[in-house]
Amino acid sequence: MRPMAQMAMVMNLDKCIGCHTCTVTCKQVWTNRPGTEYVYFNNVETKPGLGYPKRYEDQEQWHGGWTLDAKGRLQLKAGGRLKKLLSIFYNPDLPSIDDYGDPWTYNYGDVLNAPLGTHNPSAHSISALTGLDMDMSWGANWEDDLAGAPERAHQDPNLAGLQEQVRMEFEQAFMFYLPRICEHCLNPSCVASCPSGAMYKREEDGIVLVDQDRCRGWRFCVSGCPYKKVYFNHRTGKAEKCTMCYPRIEAGQPTICSETCVGRLRYLGLMLYDADKVLEAAATPDEQDLYEAQMSVFLDPDDPEVAREAERSGIPHDWISAARRSPVYQLVARHRVALPLHPEYRTLPMVWYIPPLSPVSDIVHAEGYDDAHPEQVFATIDSLRIPLEYLANLFTAGRVDTVRDVLRKLAAVRAVQRAGQLGLTTKDALPASVGATTTELDDLYRLLAIAKYDDRYVIPKAHAEDAGRLMAQHEQLFCSLDTEGGPGMGGGGPVGVEQFHAGVRPGGSHTFHDSDGREHFNLLGWDGSGSAPKLFPEAGTS
Amino acid sequence: MSATWAYFWWVILPYIAMAVFIIGHIWRWRYDQYGWTSYSTELQEHKRLKWGAPLFHYGTFAAIGGHVIGILIPKQWVEAIGINEHAYHLFSAVAGLIAAALVIIGVTILAARRLFVPRVRATTSPVDWVALILLGIMVGLGIATTAINAPLGFDYRETISVWFRGLFAGDANIALAQQSPVIFQVHAIAAWLLFLIWPFTRLVHAWSYPLWYLWRPYVVYRAKKAGPPAESGTGGRKWRKIGVRY
Repeated sequence: MRPMAQMAMVMNLDKCIGCHTCTVTCKQVWTNRPGTEYVYFNNVETKPGLGYPKRYEDQEQWHGGWTLDAKGRLQLKAGGRLKKLLSIFYNPDLPSIDDYGDPWTYNYGDVLNAPLGTHNPSAHSISALTGLDMDMSWGANWEDDLAGAPERAHQDPNLAGLQEQVRMEFEQAFMFYLPRICEHCLNPSCVASCPSGAMYKREEDGIVLVDQDRCRGWRFCVSGCPYKKVYFNHRTGKAEKCTMCYPRIEAGQPTICSETCVGRLRYLGLMLYDADKVLEAAATPDEQDLYEAQMSVFLDPDDPEVAREAERSGIPHDWISAARRSPVYQLVARHRVALPLHPEYRTLPMVWYIPPLSPVSDIVHAEGYDDAHPEQVFATIDSLRIPLEYLANLFTAGRVDTVRDVLRKLAAVRAVQRAGQLGLTTKDALPASVGATTTELDDLYRLLAIAKYDDRYVIPKAHAEDAGRLMAQHEQLFCSLDTEGGPGMGGGGPVGVEQFHAGVRPGGSHTFHDSDGREHFNLLGWDGSGSAPKLFPEAGTS
Repeated sequence: MSATWAYFWWVILPYIAMAVFIIGHIWRWRYDQYGWTSYSTELQEHKRLKWGAPLFHYGTFAAIGGHVIGILIPKQWVEAIGINEHAYHLFSAVAGLIAAALVIIGVTILAARRLFVPRVRATTSPVDWVALILLGIMVGLGIATTAINAPLGFDYRETISVWFRGLFAGDANIALAQQSPVIFQVHAIAAWLLFLIWPFTRLVHAWSYPLWYLWRPYVVYRAKKAGPPAESGTGGRKWRKIGVRY
């Protein structure tokens, strides 16, 4: 067993109202720059829909992620190392900017400087790439709320084989929102695809990053990521991706998308996993078994042996206790209501989703059932082919049973709470019928419905005690005092002057023996109050 | 050409170019790794790039290989393994013309898209124009040199090659360099100018061809605490099964 810690996220899709606040704040913080106009580390897609970039989920077209070779070994879907090096001058799998949509802005000067007249002046759209006039035809939010769905949504790769049954007419349509960030996978195919070795997974918290100094712009990470969450900055010629707001995470704060989420649907916490099992899980022969395989990789932080092994492999104690309180662990492993997005890509993604019950129960209500009778809801869930199979294509590689179990559990939570509120009685067997106890359903209700800030975000601070020492050791190119806020920059420095001589408290008097054998007063620790013995030589000693 | 100018073109310029080339790369590496990239425009335009970029790059590799054989390897060595002047010239003319054809098609496609596709043109900075125009001139002269010399059969291995290797031994033979046809001389001077600006342009990406990707483990981990990551290709086991941690 080789435990590693992974910062992971769960999103409760039932709560997403599609307001795009996460997208907006993320954009403002990270990609509000020339070269990243089309880059959305976080975006919110309406499903069913093509997604961003167009049809990114169809790996037969884009060749992202991993696949198994004839002998059942894991290999990159886009081909091996040699093939990559040979096709380095033209990456055949790279989406074009038109698949993302030519980013546009407006010539606002035309409006502001328009002469007085009878007509309202207007600004035409111009391309952010060329500055030339353009007509926009696609973008990150082009299909919001099923816009254009009757013409296009049937091209959604998740609807493959279901087209016959899907109705895009207004009355019969179903939809939900899917907010997406980088999955920070356990087996990241973008990292594996990067020929320069510029992409890496952080050992401490599993966040996947691009080293901007080592990226050479070979673009294979963009095509290697099946979620298309690595973007090419066309100004700098470097790849950029969601950083999981690592500066905030290191400080114990949630990512900006989580922090500003209006629906409070995001949960952040640690997952402990066994790094020795990752490959085996990713190489599971049947892709419908990948969800269970990934579950088997996770470690129970309450298991004393896991805790012991984790501590032995260098995971700090406070991180292990944070893993025990992790809402992500609760939702993913204990209650098993969160599912990974497209496990069939074999990257073992670590941003998980609670599938939306609402589109299902909407249809249930339309059929004349109500939540008070869960067995009827269950029966309807079972009889619904859509959207259950659609959800299964998103979250379980098509295995409907798993999604059905999750939805039944969520329906049971609602039924129990509704009964409690209205003083109704539910069947005693209800919790057991969804594989849970009454306590578990109650815990799940609290976690889903009323979890407060500190319950949703359990983020241990990064341990950076050793970082300064390493910096001094390896980066002597600059003055080590010139760190941000350091004494060379006019600050007090990471180590305050008052601690410089061990044992000296600010204001406390202290003396030391210098090389002349005489006892001196240490001015460094003196705050000016109190006495200062031995500050001056005693009379006659010179 | 006066003796002073000859001295400048055939001794001073090469040494200046070499010095700037080396020091410039060190400077660029230390101060601007962030700018060290291929500046791909595949995102903006890919239909023409699909043909232009591989043709140009692979053609260039062939051309560079030809230069190594013709200039760096002494004629005596080649003859020692039984390849006489006639056989060598036949090979170099045929292979050189093939490489020239690849490069000329590739460079035409690339130049056309850079000039006439607005999205690509918009990404081109002034230093890119300098580098690309100089590169175009040098490639054009090189192709002309190859084409002119194919029937001519001038043996540059007894003149230019000797002079070039002499530069590194500290006794460049100016007279030998001047004996060559003018087209060779202009091509060589254009090449020195290209080396002069090389470190300050996107051409630096040539040194980053990621060969060591063939040996690297697929998934790279980095830790804060474990010191700097090993520099690529140095030390450690060279090959592991996919995903096996290192």
